[in-house]
Amino acid sequence: MISNNTMGDYRTTQTLETFSFLPPLTQQEVHDQIAYMIAEGLTPAIEHEDPSKATSYYWTMWKLPFFGEKDLNAVVAELESCHRTYPDHHVRLIGYDSYTQSQGVCFVVYRGKTW
Amino acid sequence: MAKKYDAGVKEYRDVYWAADYVPLDTDLLACFKVTPQDGVPNEEAAAAVAAESSTGTWSTVWSELLTDMEFYKGRAYRIEDVPGDKEAFYAFIAYPLDLFEEGSVVNVLTSLVGNVFGFKAIKFLRLEDIRFPIAFVKTCLGPPSGIQVERDKLNKYGRPMLGCTIKPKLGLSAKNYGRAVYECLRGGLDLTKDDENVNSQPFMRWQNRFEFVAMAVEKAQAETGEVKGHYLNVTANTPEEMYERADFAKDLGQPVIMHDFLTGGFTANGGLAAWCRKHGILLHIHRAMHAVIDRNPKHGIHFRVLAKCLRLSGGDHLHTGTVVGKLEGDRASTLGYVDLLRESFVPEDRRRGIFFDQDWGSMPGVFAVASGGIHVWHMPALVNIFGDDSILQFGGGTQGHPWGNAAGAAANRVALEACVKARNEGRELEKESKDIMEGAARNSPELAVAMETWKEIKFEFETVDKLDLN
Repeated sequence: MISNNTMGDYRTTQTLETFSFLPPLTQQEVHDQIAYMIAEGLTPAIEHEDPSKATSYYWTMWKLPFFGEKDLNAVVAELESCHRTYPDHHVRLIGYDSYTQSQGVCFVVYRGKTW
Repeated sequence: MAKKYDAGVKEYRDVYWAADYVPLDTDLLACFKVTPQDGVPNEEAAAAVAAESSTGTWSTVWSELLTDMEFYKGRAYRIEDVPGDKEAFYAFIAYPLDLFEEGSVVNVLTSLVGNVFGFKAIKFLRLEDIRFPIAFVKTCLGPPSGIQVERDKLNKYGRPMLGCTIKPKLGLSAKNYGRAVYECLRGGLDLTKDDENVNSQPFMRWQNRFEFVAMAVEKAQAETGEVKGHYLNVTANTPEEMYERADFAKDLGQPVIMHDFLTGGFTANGGLAAWCRKHGILLHIHRAMHAVIDRNPKHGIHFRVLAKCLRLSGGDHLHTGTVVGKLEGDRASTLGYVDLLRESFVPEDRRRGIFFDQDWGSMPGVFAVASGGIHVWHMPALVNIFGDDSILQFGGGTQGHPWGNAAGAAANRVALEACVKARNEGRELEKESKDIMEGAARNSPELAVAMETWKEIKFEFETVDKLDLN
């Protein structure tokens, strides 16, 4: 039997879908996910948005999806470049699947400063 | 050339056994497991099944000669031994496409699992699989939204979705019920579910439930910033009542409703699926009564057939069992019908109980729902077995958390995300499950408590309905 003083309180938090219940991913962990995406044949893409508009379905695209990109470091460079340009924005990484017309991967890599 | 009328009783095999028949691409094919009465030869029993499930009756009738029975009759074209069962055999039967009304699984089932199942010359009969020709598939409505559209609407990608059935399943007032929903959703679940038994009982009428649940969904969505939903059960005693409930869910702006396709019936299901397509509302399908029909290995209908029929009739989610939880389910067989729900082409594979190639064409896929007696420790196996296009539902495994629903939900969400992340990193989920879960729990006190609570619970009984394999 659990007593009241050992029972925890769960505080509701704003979250950002997949992987947002985990601690922020380390650089190596982000690289692993990009490697997975490339190995699965997904097309990497980057989107960013002001945190106040994060619940919109559409975020702003960073350039175009990187069709045919197989180089992990090129994707990392684009992520960093997007983050430098929009330091206050959330930046998410997407893996487009042209067969299912869905996204095989989608998670926020950088959380906006005001979040 | 005109035939002569010859009254009397003929052997079925004279007309309905055709060992040299090559099935057409447009034929509907079926595989039955037949256990004949003693003394009935296998070819005769197979032919009898073909006859009684298509054009035949026990006696020759003159009016047969007014049509071309060769064009309309079903044919038993192959028989095979059943591994491990000496008294039964598999009968393969081909039915011409024109025996069935376009788009009607109701019509297909009325023929294939109609009177023939009570036929005296057969001791037991089980429909193992149906190959629906693509020409028939294209006439069916199918899932109102399907996997791809649902992901876009709910904004969930790259992972299974998380759900839970609200408990206790009967007896809560509408407001207390909505509370339980809110707590689950704010804690990190994507979806919650009415229990199948919840319709509109005296303790909680459906209007009240829908209104309080809508408030719960709305608030959780606003606070978490994530899209949430609750399957509002619209199953009712009459179609009129069912549609009235569905309309109210739509008026409240709710994204998803649910139906019990076997107790409600395929006619109700087809109608509701069409309604959902028209209004852009997702349709969750429960399967109460399935074990009555599919559990006996010698008689009834295998669940893979019911699953195929549901995909054709229309539904966006279907319960499939969990393999690892409290309810029956052979792993290979479950994986077989999970593919039949989700893929666009599924090849014959006897090791998974699939008797025919099945081409679904452009028909959308159905999310596989794993629900029943599962908890956080099962998460690595579940992610491995079911993959991303599934909904993992932890009822007791969420609401039984010592700190309550929200903490239970968060524990499951952390475990799920840790498993997906580990899988993507190339780790072996089932082999490394302890390590992955313990690692995740270091950053989540909710998960640590959940793991402690359910560490001893296992459900290890022999599966009753096993695949027939050598």
